Amino acid sequence: MPVARTLRGIGRRTIDAVWRIGLATRFFAQILLYSGNSFRRFHLIVRELFSTGVMSLIIIVVAGLFVGMVLGLQGYETLKRYGSESALGVMVALGLVRELGPVVAALLFASRAGSAMTAEIGLMKATEQISAMEMMAVNPIARIVAPRFWAGVISMPLLAALFSAMGVFGGYFVGVVQIGVDEGSFWSQMQAAVDFRHDVMNGVLKSFVFGTVVTIIALFEGYDAPPTAEGVSGATTRTVVTSSLAILMLDFILTAMMFGGS
Amino acid sequence: MERTTLDLWVGIFVVAGIAALVMLAMKVGNLSTYNVSETYQVHAYFDNIGGLKPKASIKSAGVLVGRVTEITLDSTTYKAKVTMSLDKRYQFPKDTFANINTAGLLGEQYIGLNPGGDTENLAPNGEIKRTQSAMVLEDLIGKFIYSKAEEPAK
Repeated sequence: MPVARTLRGIGRRTIDAVWRIGLATRFFAQILLYSGNSFRRFHLIVRELFSTGVMSLIIIVVAGLFVGMVLGLQGYETLKRYGSESALGVMVALGLVRELGPVVAALLFASRAGSAMTAEIGLMKATEQISAMEMMAVNPIARIVAPRFWAGVISMPLLAALFSAMGVFGGYFVGVVQIGVDEGSFWSQMQAAVDFRHDVMNGVLKSFVFGTVVTIIALFEGYDAPPTAEGVSGATTRTVVTSSLAILMLDFILTAMMFGGS
Repeated sequence: MERTTLDLWVGIFVVAGIAALVMLAMKVGNLSTYNVSETYQVHAYFDNIGGLKPKASIKSAGVLVGRVTEITLDSTTYKAKVTMSLDKRYQFPKDTFANINTAGLLGEQYIGLNPGGDTENLAPNGEIKRTQSAMVLEDLIGKFIYSKAEEPAK
């Protein structure tokens, strides 16, 4: 019966998906449970902050600058039609602080740091370093996973803020320095329109959520990867795909909750 | 990598991130212009507030003196009740005139206060009695068209 076979296939996939969600949730709970240990040994987090945060600095700064410059150019072209070029600062700043900063920084973070995390942990598992740790009565979650998690959660909002700041600067460079929009109105209209709590803090909150989700996905995929070369490569791909989709979908939900209907 | 250089780089990263956040708050956002000074509330009734929104600015002689805190509809008079909080530093006479202005032709709307000549000042929770409604562009266009139609054809 082909119908029964199809149904069985759907059923198996659903069960697998639920199973994996359950595993990921237990994994998350375990990370939170063992976080106390890694905060006591803070240098572990510092080392991970270096490889996730500091190493992502260049890509974030350069990408932010260019996104801001493109926003400045495109925004100017559109705003010029309505004779409101002075609102360029508002457009660039709101676009970056609310949306582009958190989202693009998180996408870059997922492909730059998240994939590295998955590959590292997956390879540790493949070369049985994680089993060796367990043999030595060292909890691999407390020693390896939790510091990476906190490093990701801490560095993501900072990276998003850097991205937005660089983007505003890029928009300023194109709009004011190159095209010649009035500098005073660029900044003052921006300050009048961007609210600290409503816009800036909601952006920070968004990037905090994205940081948590991306890091969890990356760590779980690594920890759950089949211990083969193929398994690690598949897990790395899944990290990038799943976390990118999760970022974009969560962004819609968060935006609807924060800015929708007001 | 050595521990000290590692710490240094992470320190630079964290400081740069926080500096970016502070820049977003101060230079991009409005935290630097946040009213920390004390305010007092007054309210006014308008026939039509047009597109006025909460947190719209209140200006006198072009200077920002307060913000609109609440807009409700009075259910007995069917007028819009606009509550505004004004900076304590600025006191206005009782017969101050409040009108809803528009910044630019299609810009956002704000309340302009024109002080009158009364010797007594507005009390906290007082009412601004003399108001003028928002200029609604559609009404103006409608008036213009009617006045054109009334002109004798040449």
